[in-house]
Amino acid sequence: MKELAGKTLFDKIWDAHVVEEIKGGPSVLYIDKHLIHEVTSPQAFAGIDKRGISVFRPQHTIATPDHNIPTVDQHLTIQDELSRFQVDKLTENCEKHGVTLYGLNHPYQGIVHVIGPELGITQPGMTMVCGDSHTSTHGAFGSVAFGIGTSEVEMVLATQCILQPKPGKMRITVDGELPKGVTAKDVILYIISKISTSGGTGYFIEYAGSVIRSLSMEGRMTVCNMSIESGARGGIIAPDETTFDYIKEKEFAPKGEEFDRAVKSWKVLKSDEDAVFDQELHFDAADIEPMITYGTNPGMGAKITGHIPFVEETEAGNRESYKKSLAYMDFEAGTPIAGRKVDYVFVGSCTNGRIEDLREVATFIKGRQKADHVTAWIVPGSKQVEKQAIKEGIADVLEKAGFQLRQPGCSACLAMNDDKVPEGKLAVSTSNRNFEGRQGPGSRTMLASPITAAAAAVTGTVTDPRSML
Amino acid sequence: MSTKKFHTIESTAVPLPIENVDTDQIIPARFLKATTRDGFGENLFRDWRFDKNDQPKTDFALNSSVYSGTILIGGKNFGSGSSREHAAWAIHDYGFKVVVSSFFADIFKNNALNNGLLPVQVSEDFLSRIFQAIEKDASSMLKVDLKNQQITLSASGEPSLRARRSQSERFDINPYKKECLLNGYDDIDFLLSIKETIAQFEQART
Ligand code: SF4
Repeated sequence: MKELAGKTLFDKIWDAHVVEEIKGGPSVLYIDKHLIHEVTSPQAFAGIDKRGISVFRPQHTIATPDHNIPTVDQHLTIQDELSRFQVDKLTENCEKHGVTLYGLNHPYQGIVHVIGPELGITQPGMTMVCGDSHTSTHGAFGSVAFGIGTSEVEMVLATQCILQPKPGKMRITVDGELPKGVTAKDVILYIISKISTSGGTGYFIEYAGSVIRSLSMEGRMTVCNMSIESGARGGIIAPDETTFDYIKEKEFAPKGEEFDRAVKSWKVLKSDEDAVFDQELHFDAADIEPMITYGTNPGMGAKITGHIPFVEETEAGNRESYKKSLAYMDFEAGTPIAGRKVDYVFVGSCTNGRIEDLREVATFIKGRQKADHVTAWIVPGSKQVEKQAIKEGIADVLEKAGFQLRQPGCSACLAMNDDKVPEGKLAVSTSNRNFEGRQGPGSRTMLASPITAAAAAVTGTVTDPRSML
Repeated sequence: MSTKKFHTIESTAVPLPIENVDTDQIIPARFLKATTRDGFGENLFRDWRFDKNDQPKTDFALNSSVYSGTILIGGKNFGSGSSREHAAWAIHDYGFKVVVSSFFADIFKNNALNNGLLPVQVSEDFLSRIFQAIEKDASSMLKVDLKNQQITLSASGEPSLRARRSQSERFDINPYKKECLLNGYDDIDFLLSIKETIAQFEQART
């Protein structure tokens, strides 16, 4: 008889949450925590109402508005009528169904993927979903977390379960030591540039190796956050002391003895030595430099010291799309990436809008000034981040350097509100997507780490931050 | 709540030979402010379809008088990026019943299936044959037979010729999802029907 192989971390959590297997079909997966926001939930609540049922387990769903809110004057009524209606609808639905809501101006409000971890809602071993693809962020804690569509949001509201086929398993190991000036964002941009925006499709990725272990929780969140940009269902990192230290004392984390008991149960959450992955990839930290994207999908990234690939250097079947992408960016193949003039700098989003990111930028910026022609926005990921930034004097440093500190929300990451990069303007952005028009119709986006964005703000051009450290 | 049953579709198709079509292109974020599922078709591919002054761009396939039909053909890695189900709603609302590509992003595929929009994944080779056939003759027909999981491309011309020149490929679909589509079953009805089991599962865990 063939010996049974060990289980991966992902298997352990997934299998423990399967309520029922449908023959030849998906699994019925139980969801521990469900996060919702104003854009992808109204149709789901409408569905519940139409069926005449109530939310099955309202205590497991948490709501906050983030995508479609202004980042100035949040104490006033939202000006845009449609946005206001959508945010009001969320409030109404939450009240009606007994769902906890951290509304505008609530001290816990913020981008869903920033508040979950900072409030201690996100914990190892959980299944978590949200009608948002960057739910993968929460995998940094050793939870199985992934984005879902609105029909699935309705499933969770109705039954606390979703129907889901089990994805394949991939492990990406990054070993070595990150050189100075190279951050978690560079690691994930590097990985996606290697495996492309479809390389992870069909998989759940476990990140491992000494580089991943050495990252802070914020850094791990940045890596897991962008898993989806490789097409993967999600990312996951085995919890360790870094994880437990982060969770300890957080608002909704278990306390005292209960916390110790929880840690004990979290410690077993790792892949068995003999676990088998469907695919394994290895990368060496020594090859990673500050990365930046030059095209219109997150896989089109390169070392900041490099050049925009010549057409012949790209995949044969893909060249028409490649040319279209460069035409949109108004970039020429073969030219150096660094040195081009930047109009906007955006530091924020669920990828890099946490307190550690703001600290990094402030440390870099201190005593420097942004270039005159650059508009620089800092958008904290949450109310708590904003508060902390003010408390630590970070807000001051940034404002002195000419940055605009705005109020928490998704902001220019998807430009649903007024925070839009104007047509034709070039932005260096710490967010996660550089699709055509993502930051406003006709806007052009280069994705990079917070310090690379800060360097661009200071010099007014795409600049290797290592030259300024 | 049952949804509409999916029947065999026979139609001409609209070609979109672009790779990595992301859901931000299918429906840009600024059109996601609605709180119902209707009307998204109007803004399908908004920034590819219309210029700054809201005038249709004549070189875009959806605006062409040559192409029509209820089948959309996209390049590899269709539907990547944001999980917004609005993308599937927009395509369906516009009037498409099937999207064909050689590769689909995961969440888009789920969203499409949950909305009676059938994603048909074909080989690279078959996809390029479809594109070529349509380019040569926009009246080329495609037949999507869900029950037999078969997609057939037939050249134009009189019926007997068409039959001889047609080429088919089998496509995969999860058997459960296939049943749902063919019969108009709804996932939530199913989940609601096992609520007892779910409650027992919760009990057993505590
Ligand atoms: S910050 Fe951007 S990526 Fe993150 S949840 Fe908001 S819109 Fe989505």
